[in-house]
Amino acid sequence: MARILRKLREGGIHAALLGCALLSVATTIGIVWVLLRESLGFFSDVPLREFLFRLEWAPELGGKYGVWPLVCGTMLVAGGGLLLAIPIGVATALYLSEYAPHWLRQLGKPIMEVLAGIPTVVYGYFALMFITPNIIRPLYPEADVFNAASAAIVVGIMIIPTIASLCDDAFRAVPRALRDGAYALSATKLEVSTRVVFPAALSGVVAAILLGLGRAIGETMAVAIAAGMTPKVTANPFTSIQTMTGYIVQVSLGDTPQGSMAYRTIFVIGFTLFLMTLGINLVANYVLGRLREKYE
Amino acid sequence: MVERARGERSFVAPPTPVVREGAVAARAAGENPPAEPVFRIRELSIQYGAFTAIRNVTLDIPERQVTAIIGPSGCGKSTLLRALNRMNDFVPHMTVRGQAYYRDQAIYSLRCDPVELRRRVGMVFQKPNPFPKSIYKNVAWGARINGYTGALDELVERSLRAAALWDEVKDKLDESALNLSGGQQQRLCIARAVAIQPDVLLMDEPCSALDPIATSRIEDLIDELKTRFTVVLVTHNMQQAARVSDLTAFLLMGELVEMDDTSRLFTKPSDQRTQDYITGRFG
Amino acid sequence: MSAGGAQFRPRLQARRTLGWLFAAVCVLFSLTSLLVLGVLLVEVFRVGWPALSWTFIRNLPSVLFPEQAGIWTALIGSIWTVAITALAAIPLGIGAAVYLEEYAPRNWLTNAISINIANLAGVPSIVYGILGLAIFVRWLEFDRSVLSGGLTLALLVLPVIIIASREALAAVPDSVRQAAYAVGATRWQTIRHHVLPAALPGIITGVILALSRAVGEAAPLIMIGALAYVTSVPGGSFEGYDHSLAGVWSWLRDAMLADFSAMPIQIYNWTDAPQKEFHVLAAAGIIVLLGGLLTMNAVAVGIRAWRQVHRTW
Repeated sequence: MARILRKLREGGIHAALLGCALLSVATTIGIVWVLLRESLGFFSDVPLREFLFRLEWAPELGGKYGVWPLVCGTMLVAGGGLLLAIPIGVATALYLSEYAPHWLRQLGKPIMEVLAGIPTVVYGYFALMFITPNIIRPLYPEADVFNAASAAIVVGIMIIPTIASLCDDAFRAVPRALRDGAYALSATKLEVSTRVVFPAALSGVVAAILLGLGRAIGETMAVAIAAGMTPKVTANPFTSIQTMTGYIVQVSLGDTPQGSMAYRTIFVIGFTLFLMTLGINLVANYVLGRLREKYE
Repeated sequence: MVERARGERSFVAPPTPVVREGAVAARAAGENPPAEPVFRIRELSIQYGAFTAIRNVTLDIPERQVTAIIGPSGCGKSTLLRALNRMNDFVPHMTVRGQAYYRDQAIYSLRCDPVELRRRVGMVFQKPNPFPKSIYKNVAWGARINGYTGALDELVERSLRAAALWDEVKDKLDESALNLSGGQQQRLCIARAVAIQPDVLLMDEPCSALDPIATSRIEDLIDELKTRFTVVLVTHNMQQAARVSDLTAFLLMGELVEMDDTSRLFTKPSDQRTQDYITGRFG
Repeated sequence: MSAGGAQFRPRLQARRTLGWLFAAVCVLFSLTSLLVLGVLLVEVFRVGWPALSWTFIRNLPSVLFPEQAGIWTALIGSIWTVAITALAAIPLGIGAAVYLEEYAPRNWLTNAISINIANLAGVPSIVYGILGLAIFVRWLEFDRSVLSGGLTLALLVLPVIIIASREALAAVPDSVRQAAYAVGATRWQTIRHHVLPAALPGIITGVILALSRAVGEAAPLIMIGALAYVTSVPGGSFEGYDHSLAGVWSWLRDAMLADFSAMPIQIYNWTDAPQKEFHVLAAAGIIVLLGGLLTMNAVAVGIRAWRQVHRTW
């Protein structure tokens, strides 16, 4: 009897824990289902061709539903952010893994965690109140109050910890023996770092950059505060633009009745965003997985 | 036996020679008049934190000979070897006392640039560690960063021939070095070290990760290499030391027990502990 | 000397100089992020410190009178939200981690769940907000309440908690499990009495870091409709409720279903307002928020440091 009870209990616990794990799958299914259902409603009114190929986005004014201005704004901010974050993130990681003394190396991770823990709304405040008036405007006086450049800078700062931390992991995974081999050939630290360690860890660096890009694309509050609300296709970072995330925030701050066209655009833009980040993350995680196999 | 020594502990100023008589272990004078030694080590101690890896080691390493360093594991033989080209610098909390000279250069002086030193003192490691690049680039890399002015193709071929690897890889120089067998990889690492034309080759148990056939090829190779290089070989394998070396130093718990001609050390050791070790009583 | 040494021109001096330059650049770049953090903190304190006072913390928000506006509703709203997030996400996250590390067979399903969790961790927070809007606000009809907000954030931080807990569990050596099995413990007894306690410090660190992320999130809460101008605090008063279990329950239910605000939302709102006075409030709000987050982070990092010193295996 006691044995049956014990087996029942063990089985029940097993099932409950499996349920917890399956909840993550349910979350993914929920996201896809919710986004897809409203998006299908959207595409029954707006042809997919218009969404994909039109270069104007103005749902309230004349119902123009071309997604490119929002994608362009997102890419301008995310690309600018990467431009800043890649050199700083990779250099920080190289310094920590190849140059820094042991104690500083130990300190590196917690500091990056603190940096990564600063809420994005704080960075938004910083972009609008400090970076635009004190850095962008003095360099380029015609810049709009809301501009892509200030958002790109803070998005870059935000993803530095992601890139630095993952690159650091990748550099440390390069076996000590490879460095020894290079040093024994009379290589300097610079040559070992850039010509042995960096190439050996390249796939990890690529994965880190991709994960950083995924975060930059999904970044919301800083962009909603600092980048503006003017969807347009432009490469000029000093004008006001709008990103996909910025648009979603703008719509949801207004009062949008369920089932309206504006309500549906949230989902269709959300779906676009989800697919882009999912694609990037799948590639990045695949690369990381391969890297782990290589060194284990 | 008179031994020339430099007793100063200064790290900066080049020490003045001091002639001293003492019962330090030294190479016995052979039939040929001894040339100026390549390395002179004087009362060298190396600590990792609180752990003393080698203690008061004094010995000379002669030119164009194979010097073997033997001893049980943990006796400090790798530390001693890595002291010769300052590969110990990467171990945290390492401290050095005493002196070590490569020719006229004090190795542990502020004026010694380890990069410059390693250009003259090459090294082959316990486990083959080719770069994840092509065979050609593995050999050419060191020469390239050191500003080799001659023809690289020629140098690569010469180095691979010197490492007895040329015939096996001449048709696949662009393939990844990681596709080679363990023995081939180790010979590639030897070719890589030879390519920058060093003066000395340090070998840290170069056969411990290899099978017997690959091991004997490397041993044959060492025999050839000594005509052009001074070779210092660390091994835990006494038969290997007996087969390939001219001189052998026996280390025990960080201290040099004795150093002598290999044939003499293995037949008539002067210290009881050496006798015990070579007859297999410990280690 | 070996022949041909003259064929090398190692240019040691140039390489050394280049090495120094590169090291200097790396140090400078590494310091950039710290420098930015420093400038950010100085700027926020310079602007916000004068406005920071007990009245600021205890007052309700005001649209008209910035000098009387406070962060109280947002502060209490954040505490309610993160409490619900913790209650939902901690057991579910640790449960999933225990399943994946201790029970799961190595098959395609386990593999798929792992990949799925890694990718969920990269889904933008605003997408979770859309999910919360559709599921909790509309479908389950919790409306724009503390409950909707807390559950939405729970889904958001779940992958982070699972990943951190798995790492902590994986770090417990197998000898601990084998020792427990050897004295006849069942799988669950082994986990509950030996594996989980050993992994607990690591799990707690991961959980605190995840919850501090939830406290700072604004986007998902905006999606589910958290408001900046809420004039009452959820569960702020016990008046009108029975002093009985049923009374407490209905108080709790009303609190959880009340409209709410949260600190990041309030800060966003003040930043977005045109008047300078509100920007000062935003800075003051940021000081309060960062103060809370840094405390949480310090506790998390402290626990990890403590564990590294007192590791029992």
